[in-house]
Amino acid sequence: MRYLPLTDTAREEIKKTIGIDGIEELFKSIPKDKSFFSLNAIPAALSEPELIADFKAMARKNQFGDYLSFLGAGACAHFIPEVVSYLSAKGEFLTPYTPYQPEISQGSLQAIFEYQTMMSMLTGLPVANASLYDGGTAAAEAVLLAVRKSGRARVLLAESLHPEYAAIIRTYAQNLPIELVTVTLDKKNGRIDSHDLQAKLNGQTAALVFQSPNFLGQVEDSALLASTVHSQQAYAVQVVTEAMSLGYLRPASDFAVDIVAGEAQSFGLSLGFGGPYLGFLTASEEFLRQFPGRIVGQTKDLDGKRGYVLTLSTREQHIKREKATSNICSNEAWCALRAGMYLATMGRDGLARAAADCHLHAAYFVRAAAKLTPIEVVYKRNFYNDVLLEIKKGTAAEFLAKLQKKGVLAGVSLAWFYPEVTRRVLLSFSEVHRREDIDRLLRLIGECA
Amino acid sequence: MNQLPPLIFELSREGKIGHGLGARNVPDEPALDPGQIRGGITDFPQVSEVEIVRHYMALARLNYSLDDGLYPLGSCTMKYNPKINEKLAAAEDFQAHPYAPHDLVQGNLELLVRMEEWLVALTGMAGFTLTPAAGAHGEFTGMLVIRKYLQSKGDPRHVVLIPDSAHGTNPSSAHFAGYDIREIPSNTEGIIDVDGLRPFLDKDVAALMMTNPNTLGIFEKNITAIAAALHDNGSLLYMDGANMNALLGIVRPGDLGVDVMHMNLHKTFSTPHGGGGPGSGPVGVAAQLLPFLPVPRAVKENGRYRVVYDSPQTIGRVKNFYGQFLVIIRALAYLCSLGRENVRRVAEDAVLNANYLRHKLQGVLDLPYATDTLHEVVFSDKNLPVKTLDIAKRLLDHGLHPFTIYFPLIVHGAMMIEPTETESKETLDEFIAVMEKIVREARENPELLLQAPQQTPVRRLDETLAARKPVLRWRKGEDL
Amino acid sequence: MALENLLFTKEHEWLRMDGDIAAVGITEYAQHELGDVVYVELPAPGKEVKKGDPAANIESVKAVSDVFSPLSGTVTEVNGKLGNNPELVNQEPYGDGFLFKMKFKQPDELKELLDQKKYEEYLQGIAGE
Repeated sequence: MRYLPLTDTAREEIKKTIGIDGIEELFKSIPKDKSFFSLNAIPAALSEPELIADFKAMARKNQFGDYLSFLGAGACAHFIPEVVSYLSAKGEFLTPYTPYQPEISQGSLQAIFEYQTMMSMLTGLPVANASLYDGGTAAAEAVLLAVRKSGRARVLLAESLHPEYAAIIRTYAQNLPIELVTVTLDKKNGRIDSHDLQAKLNGQTAALVFQSPNFLGQVEDSALLASTVHSQQAYAVQVVTEAMSLGYLRPASDFAVDIVAGEAQSFGLSLGFGGPYLGFLTASEEFLRQFPGRIVGQTKDLDGKRGYVLTLSTREQHIKREKATSNICSNEAWCALRAGMYLATMGRDGLARAAADCHLHAAYFVRAAAKLTPIEVVYKRNFYNDVLLEIKKGTAAEFLAKLQKKGVLAGVSLAWFYPEVTRRVLLSFSEVHRREDIDRLLRLIGECA
Repeated sequence: MNQLPPLIFELSREGKIGHGLGARNVPDEPALDPGQIRGGITDFPQVSEVEIVRHYMALARLNYSLDDGLYPLGSCTMKYNPKINEKLAAAEDFQAHPYAPHDLVQGNLELLVRMEEWLVALTGMAGFTLTPAAGAHGEFTGMLVIRKYLQSKGDPRHVVLIPDSAHGTNPSSAHFAGYDIREIPSNTEGIIDVDGLRPFLDKDVAALMMTNPNTLGIFEKNITAIAAALHDNGSLLYMDGANMNALLGIVRPGDLGVDVMHMNLHKTFSTPHGGGGPGSGPVGVAAQLLPFLPVPRAVKENGRYRVVYDSPQTIGRVKNFYGQFLVIIRALAYLCSLGRENVRRVAEDAVLNANYLRHKLQGVLDLPYATDTLHEVVFSDKNLPVKTLDIAKRLLDHGLHPFTIYFPLIVHGAMMIEPTETESKETLDEFIAVMEKIVREARENPELLLQAPQQTPVRRLDETLAARKPVLRWRKGEDL
Repeated sequence: MALENLLFTKEHEWLRMDGDIAAVGITEYAQHELGDVVYVELPAPGKEVKKGDPAANIESVKAVSDVFSPLSGTVTEVNGKLGNNPELVNQEPYGDGFLFKMKFKQPDELKELLDQKKYEEYLQGIAGE
């Protein structure tokens, strides 16, 4: 078999050298009644052509590709320049191990250093790590970071956090001495209710975790939120599910936000049915020693040459074990490298353009949607690229089914996350949507009687 | 003495363009206050596509990779990454949005279910969650499952026992699951035995986390007795499956009394390491623990596939969406390619190769444990005039990636060597010859090792400086 | 450096007494074992510690080491220089590389400490292992 280079001759030579007759001698420490179990339940091998045919047949059972999609709510289809796919596929980037031997890993290390720099530029916060698993776990790590740093145990979670993110935070906190308290959203404007925040904020609060743009698409007043929580020496933690927003909206550092965590799938990663994606975490300098995950740092070698290494490793599990800042070991390094390639390729103006287009496409839709009767846009301003619709006749499920019949996936029903919310849909706009795509959507919605 | 390639920011010039976006086709009429919109991204790179390609090609040339040569890293299972798996994982028809209606992604859901079926067949566990993103994530998930299960029985308990040879993620993951750690020593054979375990077993113990084979490459042969002792005590057995490569098709952990285990798809199942990730760490459980698995989970029902989100006793969600789907595609393709005809040969050849290295190198390096080893072997730096680090750095001069160094902690100057089954005898012989040469150099001309590496793009890097004066991003106008 | 005026612990800490204030640091042996110190986490002034409590934390590139309080008392002062110059712990472990000062309240505890001679014997014992 092509992945097993040992020939029968080689096996015999090795057996002779080590002094055994049969392979089973090597496994004699394994209980005899349990070893060499029957492999009948295991499928027969597929040749390379058979494998291709098998997976093609499986993929053909998917039909999502036939549709014009406006799906979002935490993952978004953006245009990926071909060079990003081409370069990231190179074996020199795809197949190495973690760069623990930096002398022969400068390619990976420098690429991640560049990625860290660009994430820091986008959020305005100086410290960025080399990746976490995804946005949801990055949000959870941000909660743990705020708790560690502040020494306080109470964390306020905005109701307008992506429900998966809130769920992951709850999973992570479930056996730890952390109290999670929900701060409600003001349904009138789709943002955090600042009165509820004031009511729940106290001297034991470690942080407020809010999402902006939030799950309903609204951009929060980060300056107000940060100054409110700072009055009690608590931290302002912003979660970002749509990284493109970082290219268009003012950076968190402008508003004195302390930590920004989120999902960077939008930076060059295929939708891939949900993974692997890319969790990012950035924060101000004071959090450095408590930061989770790997970090690449710059240094010099024996000859004075600039070079890069994984650094501040004493935070990590392989040294601090149960006292480590996180248990993370393998991260999303290749995804971070690819995101760096994407950001470098799009560049200052390309990223700004794509990021702006996501918003402007949404704004274009919202203006035109004013004339539509089957739906109403709930929040007509102050969104980024996610637009919340109220379905005026019938349920969201019926609305989406009608549009699906016409070849369009017109968003995600909120019932997916909140079963009792049956008439709301989240529509997401990307720079890849052409004007005629949005016009078609508008027309088809208009035809929904 | 060449410097390394410039940083992308140092290549940047005003006006250069790397993107191929077309003209905007809607009016520039935002629905946001101007105060919310940023003025631009200061110092963000502006580089042409041509220079982007050259920049990353230059970086690629600085990397050693598995496609270049051997990585004999113990406990990492650096086996060949099949190229057909890359093509399959990139197929357009798999790249669905995670919130696509489930009737439109039946193929993807089928893939997940097939992967779970494979894992069940190989391990004998009752079911798997495919959501954890890496081994450590799987350990954390597994420990949460254990805790919730014990809670349902009335007492989650407080302590998890972990051998002194364990990987650092074990105690760390148990800690985040809310447990205190008690370390148990390995015996003189390098394994755990029931007599050594008993003094630690009290009603406070929730579980023992065991790696099998352990980080010395030794099969924990007392595992069934240990499982029985744990179960008698109302405790559970967690198995870290990082070293599953030694057991594939040979024995099923479920048959040995394991209650919860994780697999590392990026180790045993050939998915690429990508310079540190992404991985995937599915978690398998015994039948009584199935209700506690995280959500969501893809299942087959009446010939169709659906996703279960509501599970009353679930520990909750540990990751966004369904898991590392594109990593799972590669792992499934790998398993389908091996089939029942070859899975067992993976373990056999892995163990054969490792024992060949052990046999050939034990005359050259100190072997701290006489016990039989499976797919990896650990040597120490005893009786060497240089440190393990120096040997590792000299290997770089020979164009080879070193073995794992200084782990496990219980061996002084540990050198953990795992060739995997995807290395030919010729490669192993070359590695042996190089090791023999280096040990000779250590005795005859140690300066060669102390000054190593000399043939790499950079030489030994100042990690003290990096930690004392952290520079974690580029800034315009700054230089070290 | 007049080591004969110092007291030592088996955890390789030293103390220099000045009335009821003790300056605390780690010994030459300890700094050598740790390697290049990159970061020192010091207790907050005013913190109450019991003998044997972890009081400070020293990080080298590859390891972290707890520093245990050799006496019970209150931290009065910490070495502000270590923030920017953690290498002082390596270069001048008994001088400018001290860690903190504390006011101790149980003089009986002093009896449990080693004098220079006993500490050196202890070190020789370790070397023999």
